[in-house]
Amino acid sequence: MNGFQQYFFDLSADHPRWNFIFFYDPVQTERVLSGLWMTVQLSVSCVVLSVIIGLVGAWLQGAKSPLVRAIVQGYIQFFRNTPPLIQLLFFYFALGQFTPTYSPDGWLEVPIISNVGWAIISLSFFAAAFNVEIFRAGIEAIPESTQEASEALGMSRLQTFLYVVFPLAFRVSLPALNNNLVNLVKTTTQALAIAVPELLYQMVSIYNDYSTAQYACMVVLFVAYIVLVGLLVFGMNSWERAARIPGYGQ
Amino acid sequence: MTTTNWTPAQPIVSIRDLHKSFGDLEVLKGISLDVMKGEVICVIGPSGSGKSTLIRCINALNPINSGSILVEGQEVHDPALDKLALRKKVGMVFQQYNLFPHKTALQNVMMAPLKVLKRPRDEVEKHARELMNRVNLQGKEDSYPGELSGGQQQRVAIARSLAMNPDVMLFDEVTAALDPETVKEVLLAIKDLAQSGMTCILVTHEMGFAREVADHIYFTDRGVIVEHGPPATFFTEAKDPRTQEFLSQIL
Ligand SMILES: Nc1ncnc2c1ncn2[C@@H]1O[C@H](COP(=O)(O)OP(=O)(O)OP(=O)(O)O)[C@@H](O)[C@H]1O
Ligand SMILES: [Mg+2]
Repeated sequence: MNGFQQYFFDLSADHPRWNFIFFYDPVQTERVLSGLWMTVQLSVSCVVLSVIIGLVGAWLQGAKSPLVRAIVQGYIQFFRNTPPLIQLLFFYFALGQFTPTYSPDGWLEVPIISNVGWAIISLSFFAAAFNVEIFRAGIEAIPESTQEASEALGMSRLQTFLYVVFPLAFRVSLPALNNNLVNLVKTTTQALAIAVPELLYQMVSIYNDYSTAQYACMVVLFVAYIVLVGLLVFGMNSWERAARIPGYGQ
Repeated sequence: MTTTNWTPAQPIVSIRDLHKSFGDLEVLKGISLDVMKGEVICVIGPSGSGKSTLIRCINALNPINSGSILVEGQEVHDPALDKLALRKKVGMVFQQYNLFPHKTALQNVMMAPLKVLKRPRDEVEKHARELMNRVNLQGKEDSYPGELSGGQQQRVAIARSLAMNPDVMLFDEVTAALDPETVKEVLLAIKDLAQSGMTCILVTHEMGFAREVADHIYFTDRGVIVEHGPPATFFTEAKDPRTQEFLSQIL
């Protein structure tokens, strides 16, 4: 045992309620690290996917067809007005029933979408429902006259969207997007319910195995999320600053 | 694009019996006018008389109800018209400048030639810098619109429109949002353009300017052209009482 491990080992001996077991037991360290890694993967995948779905949704909301717009609206209402935990359970248990399976060894039946896959899908669609509205509000904030000027220069509707409306709308959307992505990262903990081995899942397993580790697990959970969300916020804020246009919108 | 038999001896813009309504409100009630290549015409008239609407119909920003607008012999409101082709020929400058706020002045000028005409970048940039000089904005190439005064922004907007090498320029009260000091610098840029032979259709409240640069002045009121003529006679020999009243208020 090195000094660091020794310190926490002694601490747990002197104060049994403060058993930071994962700081001296390599097996538990491994569990925490794998949980943290899963949380990071889950967060990054969901952030990226939810932004993409949000952009596509916002674009479809401007479609000419009322049917397309109604479908997008229905999607938003469904995901915004139901709890993400129930969405997760529904995706995994209800939709999971109907997904095809494959058999790696001829005996076992493995569904092609794992619980991690369902968590990413369900949480991304959840956050994307808000992203659609965030991007839509950004697009609507761009004056009609700016788009007219672009069209009067001979730019097509698509070019006007790509080079004028979108770059401006995205800047307008950034603060609200920032908030929603913070929420998303925190909501990934709910993947615990379908046994995705992310950080909270691993921590709960640890303190179920070692009840003296409960306080320690809580502390580390708080610290881990403060750091994770802090990194995201730092990144988003830097981005906002970098995207700021001199003399515009302040 | 359909080919036409238009020759420069014919009007470059020809409007016949143009009617335009917004819902139940008839804004243009039979406008007819011709503009020859290289001519500068000014449209004046009280607020709400339909001047902006008229000018926006010429580059198809507003659809029309009936009548005809030919630009270089091409019907603007033909449903089969290639709008992009029209807008390459007709440039427009707006009252509120409407620059792209996320692009520098130079990038504003370069965007359409790059994206629409797909010209090589170095050629586009060279032309854009020349245009910036022409509107007296050398040194402001890398400023964002938010860092420029109203008059400077409006001159960037003029350069941006010129970058497409249009045959006709439309100006809709382009000095109305400016303070008196900066009005002059914008008018100077337009005057220079008009004297270089560019066909210009200007909506303006600057009577002195109209008198100086216009070849022909049209006075509109409530959707019709009440009176028109060359500046030499228009200001002194107006016959219609509505024109007389308008001129007496504004001069
Ligand atoms: N998009 C629109 N929808 C409905 N009504 C409109 C629209 N645009 C203009 N109008 C109406 O048409 C009439 C003419 O407007 P227009 O802007 O052409 O006037 P104008 O002569 O340019 O006035 P000003 O000197 O104040 O700019 C006005 O009564 C205006 O309210
Ligand atoms: Mg007007």
